[in-house]
Amino acid sequence: MSLFPNMAVGPTVRAVHDEFHGDLLEVSMGPQHPSTHGVFRMVVTLDGEQIVKLKPVFGYLHRNHEKIAESTSYLGSMPYTDRLDYLCSMSTNWAYALAVEKLSGQAVPDRAQYLRIVMAELTRLVNHSCLVGFLFNDLGTSFTPLLYAFREREKILDLFESLSGSRMMCNYQRFGGCRVDPSPEWLAAAQALVDNFPRFLDEYETMLTGNEIMLARTQGVGRLDPAHAVNAGLTGPVLRACGVDYDLRKVDGYGFYPRFDFRVPLGAHGDTYDRYMMRILEMRESVKILQQAFRDLPAGPVMDPKAKLRGFRPKAGEAYGRLEGPKGELGFYLISDGSPNPWRYRVRPPSLINLTLLEEMCLGHTVADAVVILGSIDIVLGEVDR
Amino acid sequence: MESLEQIRDRLLARFPAAKVELVVNPGTAAEHALLLDAAHARDIALFLRDDPALRLDYCSNVTGVDWPEREIVDTVKKSVPDPAGGPAKVVEEKSKRIQPGCLEAVYHLYSMALKHGPVILRLRTGNRTDQVTLPSLTPVWRAADFQEREIFDLYGIVFSGHPDLRRILMWDEFKDHPMRKDYVAPDDFEWEPTPHGEVHERAKAHYPPAVQPPDGPSVASAKEGPAP
Amino acid sequence: MLGSGILKGLGVTAKNFVGSYHDPARMVTEEYPDTPARLPEAYRNFPFLVTENATDPMGTLRCVACQICEKECPPQCIYIEKSKDKKPDATGKPQLYPAVFAIDTAVCMSCQICVEVCPFDAIKMDHVFAVAATNRFEGLLLNREQLAKPNSYFQQIRPAEAGEVDTRLAAERSAAEEKARAAAAAKAAAPKPAAPAATPAPKPAEGGATP
Repeated sequence: MSLFPNMAVGPTVRAVHDEFHGDLLEVSMGPQHPSTHGVFRMVVTLDGEQIVKLKPVFGYLHRNHEKIAESTSYLGSMPYTDRLDYLCSMSTNWAYALAVEKLSGQAVPDRAQYLRIVMAELTRLVNHSCLVGFLFNDLGTSFTPLLYAFREREKILDLFESLSGSRMMCNYQRFGGCRVDPSPEWLAAAQALVDNFPRFLDEYETMLTGNEIMLARTQGVGRLDPAHAVNAGLTGPVLRACGVDYDLRKVDGYGFYPRFDFRVPLGAHGDTYDRYMMRILEMRESVKILQQAFRDLPAGPVMDPKAKLRGFRPKAGEAYGRLEGPKGELGFYLISDGSPNPWRYRVRPPSLINLTLLEEMCLGHTVADAVVILGSIDIVLGEVDR
Repeated sequence: MESLEQIRDRLLARFPAAKVELVVNPGTAAEHALLLDAAHARDIALFLRDDPALRLDYCSNVTGVDWPEREIVDTVKKSVPDPAGGPAKVVEEKSKRIQPGCLEAVYHLYSMALKHGPVILRLRTGNRTDQVTLPSLTPVWRAADFQEREIFDLYGIVFSGHPDLRRILMWDEFKDHPMRKDYVAPDDFEWEPTPHGEVHERAKAHYPPAVQPPDGPSVASAKEGPAP
Repeated sequence: MLGSGILKGLGVTAKNFVGSYHDPARMVTEEYPDTPARLPEAYRNFPFLVTENATDPMGTLRCVACQICEKECPPQCIYIEKSKDKKPDATGKPQLYPAVFAIDTAVCMSCQICVEVCPFDAIKMDHVFAVAATNRFEGLLLNREQLAKPNSYFQQIRPAEAGEVDTRLAAERSAAEEKARAAAAAKAAAPKPAAPAATPAPKPAEGGATP
């Protein structure tokens, strides 16, 4: 029945007691550990250097975001969503706006739809370039790729700042549109950045993709079977690296994505190397989407005139809105009882659910590999712990 | 994809003993749900996962909802015949009833193979105090693993058959379930002089008046517990 | 050849290293405390209260203590108490003013929702980001005297937005004056002359906000 028969009994790798093998050793990695990308802890049981058991421990950054949102107005939750995945606040904003618009039937003007795609894809560039940098940090390159990624990210964050007022906590999307309309100068600067981005990617790839140490450390490490990945609900680049073609931009076609011509890169082996390549290829596709968006961006308002900021009360009902965030399927499930506060507000955090198979991916590998595997999953603790 | 009514009818034909109800969502999204009974939930889930026409292989979102008991006022209009022989009077009769509370687990299912969805499943507990056990669907969809643990942690639904049911976000020693609507936050956390001062006022009740300095209670006094 | 990938990568780092001395695209480091940070106009940090007049900040607050921002503030960091009396506002209408207006910047998360919901353009986001206090609690709790900043400052940090607000307010003000004058004229023309209209003329704004 279950694809995971060993789930209850635990791992089958056993320590052998002879003169070469000692006892099992339990190591607590984290929560204060530079390779865990935040306050995340893994309780690792080791046989020598081999991992025989790994239990993730969450909650160090838990602030009960959902409870806070249930006692705040719909608008008041918007700035809190910035703090979920603090690398990608623009797409998290959009996911929440999408769910509320689905709940209330609010229309969004065309220009805002295009701007949302621009912001979401810029966010994807930020997230993926940084993730690759962090992944190489985990591999031990100590900051050179990360700093190159940060250099590009800084340019995008400058754009976000000059538009929304904040580099990371953008708070830009609203129910029924976007908060501010970018000026022509902003759009020209963004377009110049996007046009130059492939050059950065080429340089990045020259530096990293052919690196023999990286190949040796990532190929065949942390393999994931597509059937298991689907069953465990993995989404985003981690899932597509296994070869499962499931991208919500294509499947749900939310926003104006059906108007765009882009491809969904797929991996073949589901290992760490494929997950790395997914990010690089997705960035190239994002650049394509962005160029189309700048070409086709229509004029017009960025907010629906009927949209309400204050006193927003959707009628009773529920809605589940989801979109393809840079880390995977980011969903918001809202139940309204007709009052100004949501009755139930739920975030489906892709980072948390992508960790479901962390143990399976790490079994049999060394601790150093576990660090790389965790880095290739791409978690942000603001979202994992909420 | 088949409509939800068709799915329900097929389920009822396949599992005659099961109870499957359609829960209508009155909102604009119109995402209706199927309410399953706990006894057959796992068999039905397996059927939905493996049925070739549905193949709901991907469980996207699992969440809990708290429905505390509510008082509902029913108004019934009755016509009372006038004993004097005049025209009948219409009298409104109001009756109050208590709708029992429950905890609910909601599963959003999609199909990655056939790219359709969602099918929403709901499971309800008997009440909010002692009958809070539901069958775990983690053996069917591993995606429910952490999310069911989260529901157990924050709502207190016990999922029988879950391989590793522990608290996930709160610490192990934590009592109570913070996402329940009747949860009362502890008021003896660190004193912060917000402009409102409400927190401060409530926090005062926990400390003896002698150790009530203007800049907040000391750590030592916090361990003494509530003042008599 | 084994190792060629590494050599290629080293080539890229060498190019970046050399470029960081002469190529503007690779010279990205800003020496922050020595060169001040360049802030875009939209940059937001903590809110401040706009006053019309720099010499009498408390008398010319645009805020009318409607408490909308207090209600909408997501982390609930604003505290307002209404005044008992009324003062003429920017358009000359007698309005309440905040007797107490406090923002706890330790709690504020700079989300700008107070600015968005304010119907009076009375609260705006500041550009001051180097905020320090010796006391974590009281030091970061700003009262209305600390929050009030003149309109000229607002024009300095956000010229485009301030210009737009000023033209709008000037139009409202002249419309209100026009109405008051018309009302006074109608009263004067009435057969039974009443007391002259007691609407006080709005104070001419000094901080560059002259209509």
